[in-house]
Amino acid sequence: MPALAASEIERVFREEYGRAVAVLVRVFGDIDLAEEAVQDAFTTAVQRWPATGLPPSPAGWIITTARNRAIDRLRRESSRDDRHAQAALLHARDEPPNEQVEAGVVNDDRLRLIFTCCHPALSTSVQVALTLRLLGGLTTAEIASAFMVPEATMAQRLVRAKGKIRDAGIPYRVPNQKDLPGRLGAVQSVIYLIFNEGYTASSGDRLVREDLCAEAMRLGRLLANLMPDEPEVMGLLALMLLIESRRAARTTPSGELVLLADQDRSLWDRAFIAEGQDLVRRCLRRNQPGPYQIQAAINAVHSDALVASATDWWQILQLYNQLLELTPSPVVALNRAVAVAEVEGPDAGLTLADGLDLGGYRLFHAIRADLLRRLGRSDEAALAYEAALSRTENAAERDFLQRSRDALL
Amino acid sequence: MKQYLLSVYSPEGGTPPTEVLDKIMRDVDLLNQELKAKGAWVFAGGLHPSSTATVVQLRDNDMLVTDGPFVEGKEHIGGFWVIKAADLDAALEWGRKATRACTVPIEVRPFQEDVEV
Repeated sequence: MPALAASEIERVFREEYGRAVAVLVRVFGDIDLAEEAVQDAFTTAVQRWPATGLPPSPAGWIITTARNRAIDRLRRESSRDDRHAQAALLHARDEPPNEQVEAGVVNDDRLRLIFTCCHPALSTSVQVALTLRLLGGLTTAEIASAFMVPEATMAQRLVRAKGKIRDAGIPYRVPNQKDLPGRLGAVQSVIYLIFNEGYTASSGDRLVREDLCAEAMRLGRLLANLMPDEPEVMGLLALMLLIESRRAARTTPSGELVLLADQDRSLWDRAFIAEGQDLVRRCLRRNQPGPYQIQAAINAVHSDALVASATDWWQILQLYNQLLELTPSPVVALNRAVAVAEVEGPDAGLTLADGLDLGGYRLFHAIRADLLRRLGRSDEAALAYEAALSRTENAAERDFLQRSRDALL
Repeated sequence: MKQYLLSVYSPEGGTPPTEVLDKIMRDVDLLNQELKAKGAWVFAGGLHPSSTATVVQLRDNDMLVTDGPFVEGKEHIGGFWVIKAADLDAALEWGRKATRACTVPIEVRPFQEDVEV
């Protein structure tokens, strides 16, 4: 029997942790118990699988092992008159321990758990942390490091959140049709927040941050598989794929930021682009446009251009018009101004940008600086670069702004 | 079944005009009937203004009695419901109805003890 690499067990852990926790939460109605039992099962797997090889259904093995561990523990505790343990055992009473059944229904369990983690009664930062912990299997230390808070703070945040789910009775349930649009919106913004946190990499451990992007895409893919009839869910996945496709081109090997127009497009990930564009096309056929789909479509147009000069800015402008109508925000209006500058000239773009109340937003100043530079108004451009610099913490972005400002002189 | 406290947070001072208050009372009454009809009702009541409140507390073995509410604030609990609900989603649904009826914010908070259905 071939030796089983540790990386293989790690892969199973990444893929199946959320699944296993979700099933155990359904069976026992208790998140802490579920997490402990699943971690126990993986500990056993690490000891056993290198000798036995992977079981036919690793997920089923983990779930069955975890369930047995949990029941053993509950029996010990309920014999000591522990009411929680008795309740959890009662909860589990009618569940048939069947690996095949479990592997089949788990999808629904993960969907339930995502909606629990992203319940509006929890704050957004807590929703993000819980989703990464329970569905992504990230450790508290990893989540703390990704969001630059002390581990103890993150641990306390998670304990409180799980306490609220238990004590306030936040249900494990996919919301009914009436509440679904709003609740699904919360799930999507949590996934996109995780993605953006990884993508923007404002600071902190770079590797952990790239993991966040991968995790967000994994969750986005899961959601798309679980809710194939929701075009915005597909739009979100497409958007993440298309943005992520440009990762390698986005910075130089030494970490300097490269703007979209200057990127080496041969570095773009063609597989991500193909998948993203295919999803965009499938969304468009539904004809139920939403903000994620439109943003994905804008990125798909960029991906179509083999060189920057071939970009179909007119089509991008039409998409921004549509996006602005759906989500009238100054940030969308600013992005639209960039498209206007490409179609009608930097003057028209600048006029629009100047009308926006975005003085605190670093990209507002960076975009103004670029438009002023193109109009030959170097002094004003230099001031705008300064304004952008004073609002930017990310090292790569700062470096880019400094280089652009110095090039004016 | 879980139980939840629905606290009504009313702004301090100034009762609304009669016609507004009348509508609130009618809507609250309707909500109470619905709560009873659906088996969610446990108890409810409206409170006099916080200026009528008195605090008693033990300090260094002295029983201290003071005039006014325990916490000074712009809002005070003007009334409350105790309801039975299967989970927080069901309780929040009652909370939404309550805030529509009362026209002020409602805080939904779980009791430690569950009850028999």
